[in-house]
Amino acid sequence: MIVVSGVFLLTLLAIIAVAIVRTENLFVAVMLTSIFSLLMAANFFILDAADVALTEAAVGAGVTTVIFLSALSLTAERERSLTRERHLAIFVVIVTALVLIYATFDKPRLGDPQAPVHLHVAPWYLEKTPELIGIPNVVTAVLGSFRGYDTLGEVFVVFTACIGVLFLLGSKRDPESAVSESLPGSAGLSHHLIPKVVSRLLVPFIVLFGLYVQFHGEYGPGGGFQAGAIVASGIILYALIEGEAAALAAVPRAALMGMVVGGAMLYGLVGLAGLALGGNFLDYSVLLSDPLAGQQLGILLIEAGVGVTVCGALLLIFHAFAARELA
Amino acid sequence: MAGVIDGLSWLLLLIGGGFVLIGGIGTLRLPNFYTRMHAASLTDSMATLLILSGIMLQAGWSLATIKLFAILVFLLLTGPTASYALANAALLSGMKPEETGRTVGDKASAS
Repeated sequence: MIVVSGVFLLTLLAIIAVAIVRTENLFVAVMLTSIFSLLMAANFFILDAADVALTEAAVGAGVTTVIFLSALSLTAERERSLTRERHLAIFVVIVTALVLIYATFDKPRLGDPQAPVHLHVAPWYLEKTPELIGIPNVVTAVLGSFRGYDTLGEVFVVFTACIGVLFLLGSKRDPESAVSESLPGSAGLSHHLIPKVVSRLLVPFIVLFGLYVQFHGEYGPGGGFQAGAIVASGIILYALIEGEAAALAAVPRAALMGMVVGGAMLYGLVGLAGLALGGNFLDYSVLLSDPLAGQQLGILLIEAGVGVTVCGALLLIFHAFAARELA
Repeated sequence: MAGVIDGLSWLLLLIGGGFVLIGGIGTLRLPNFYTRMHAASLTDSMATLLILSGIMLQAGWSLATIKLFAILVFLLLTGPTASYALANAALLSGMKPEETGRTVGDKASAS
């Protein structure tokens, strides 16, 4: 059954990938990218990777689509058609595809219990997580504690990406922002009664669900990355309906900047606290007298840092595009 | 009792699946934008209602039922809103709802 669904989803993915490349209408391409992400999330889910599926659905299908659409409103809707032949590009693509296909021959069969990934550290993680960390969700234990360095790196990637986007698109119109608020474009869709009423009803629950995903990450699928994206999507919905100015009034740009920096710093400081209390960097066992409680506190804190950074970064990137739109 | 609930659940799932199928056929076959959207929104509202109710009967009294109910409420709120927003955007961008073919009216009212 899993194989049938997997083949079905992968076939659809291939069809959509070709359609994305073929279409010249960028709006259609953005919508297809969103569908691609949703199918990818379903694919991850049938492979039992619920945490990754949640991230892909929230970031790929949700927030990224909105950011793509805001970017699209800055440019033309149709792709400029290339007249010259692209022999070199086609050659590179074919060679890369052949190399990748050749590489898959060495891959173990899907679900093969003898695969190296199932023989190396994975059994150790599964066996030691209840003993060393004491939380049911092994993914969160691996992500937050065993591989804490990797996640710290990811948070700083998000942080750096956000800074990069702000350098490229950051608005210099701060003195004039009062003028832009009176532009009709900043009013959002508030003259549409039905979306307005429904979104007012939904936004609090979306944010609440984000907090649930954030703090439930130790027990079920979820964690900082997913929660940050969900909360950000709730606030982006508010911005789309009520206008960007209203969203900036609710969560000002300075607060978002503080979230991005503060979340990354919280993560780093938890690591340094471990160092100060006599453990290794990012060793949470020494945070409290009980090592298990210390691990759980550490994971809770670094997940909070991840969530705050991701949420702030996504919103800052969204606002950077939206501000250009009004200029 | 368990058999009755199981049968009812399967009935709901099957009817829900039928609505998905009708919605899919309608989206492909109906002649213009608004009638197609009508078919697509059938999948949104009716099919999700029936399928999620069917799964809820399968889940019994558990946390999963409450979560499914929350998903149902969420989808029942967002689905029609999205359909409205889509139709409204089409109307504002100048797409007139008009009866183009002879069978259009019959098909739209039948589905």
